[in-house]
Amino acid sequence: MSDPIPYRREEKGAQPPSLYPPYVSTLKRAPRQPLILMPQTLSEVTGPVYGHDKVVPDDSDLTRQHKGEPQGERIVVSGRVLDESGRPVPRTLVEIWQTNAAGRYIHHGDQHSAPLDPNFSGAGRTLTDADGRYKFVTVKPGAYPWRNHPNAWRPAHIHFSLFGPSFLTRLVTQMYFQGDPLIPLDPVYNGIPDKKAAARMVSRFDLEATVPEWALGYCFDIVLRGREATPMEH
Amino acid sequence: MSGQTPSQTVGPFFGFALLREGHEVLVSDATAGERIVIEGRVFDGDGAPLNDALIEIWQANAAGRYDHPDDRQEKPLDAAFHGFGRCPTDDSGRFHFRTIRPGPVPGPGNTLQAPHINVTVLARGMLKQLVTRIYFEGEPSNADDPILGLVGEPERRKTLIAKRGNGKNGTYTFDIRLQGPGETVFFDV
Ligand SMILES: [Fe+2]
Repeated sequence: MSDPIPYRREEKGAQPPSLYPPYVSTLKRAPRQPLILMPQTLSEVTGPVYGHDKVVPDDSDLTRQHKGEPQGERIVVSGRVLDESGRPVPRTLVEIWQTNAAGRYIHHGDQHSAPLDPNFSGAGRTLTDADGRYKFVTVKPGAYPWRNHPNAWRPAHIHFSLFGPSFLTRLVTQMYFQGDPLIPLDPVYNGIPDKKAAARMVSRFDLEATVPEWALGYCFDIVLRGREATPMEH
Repeated sequence: MSGQTPSQTVGPFFGFALLREGHEVLVSDATAGERIVIEGRVFDGDGAPLNDALIEIWQANAAGRYDHPDDRQEKPLDAAFHGFGRCPTDDSGRFHFRTIRPGPVPGPGNTLQAPHINVTVLARGMLKQLVTRIYFEGEPSNADDPILGLVGEPERRKTLIAKRGNGKNGTYTFDIRLQGPGETVFFDV
């Protein structure tokens, strides 16, 4: 069997180091030994492929998971999942989670004093379509405090988890909102060395995606690692 | 050409979104292969357990075939095995998976890789995931494995080899040390 066509390596500057001291928790959780560079084998270029049956339409509308509508500003978050050559990544699982409008997670470990919303859980999932498109309806998440340093606040963000076509296209990231004054102060965001690359995580207000008299639209395209060359068709 | 979207930490509060009951069980009664349990703990640089890590695994079936379109080997697929599992760590840093021992899969060139399970570690305090592998104690083909062979020091290579559980059949222990003494080998793929 011939060697698989490899994926491009991590883009320098676009991906964070494991150790970034301003994000204090990295100090004890980052390896100190260098990573061992390895060739990509069949084990890395394959990965979990999800079937359509596991996702239902309601999973992508976070405002319809309870009896009533959640508090806050309703928004539509949409975009495309692409590879580095600009090709769509179709039928890939996109999972999101976030705080409610007040900045509180439903997670039992969240001790922030902001109120919970009985009509909002804050978790969603969907599959991209044939063009790599996805769409979620949700409410705008709130900023929340954390203990990284005195008076530390996370900018409003939505967590994203994607698989892509292989084990090494796995991506967990966060989507931010254009113009948020907390972004330049955030050690998680600032862990990305290349500022232009970091800005890819900031969603763009999109009038086209805005639904009149109903919800503002935000556009967030996601680029996963792509192949070095187009795979040969068999 | 488009630039990669940067990675960010999974944070501490992913559980309500990413976890489904039974995600750590990869097998059903119909699955072919030798049943094994992988159990382990995740530790930070102080030796303290991580109670908020997420471990994901990806592996071939008992015949050594991945359930993925890019695996074109002439080996059987197993309709009762897909090869992906997810498990959060508990308060003592523990995770476990119920799975089968994977078959060998091809490596670079004409090599064969020893049976292994691919592992992704995600957690608060990790801006990007770490990737490692689980190999099996007592497996003769470990000696010729092309990836294990990349790890120079034998002491470090040992961090990739799950130990047979004492007394319990089919149980293997695989601890993950993110930093410091006994630091697990992580790969740049
Ligand atoms: Fe968060």
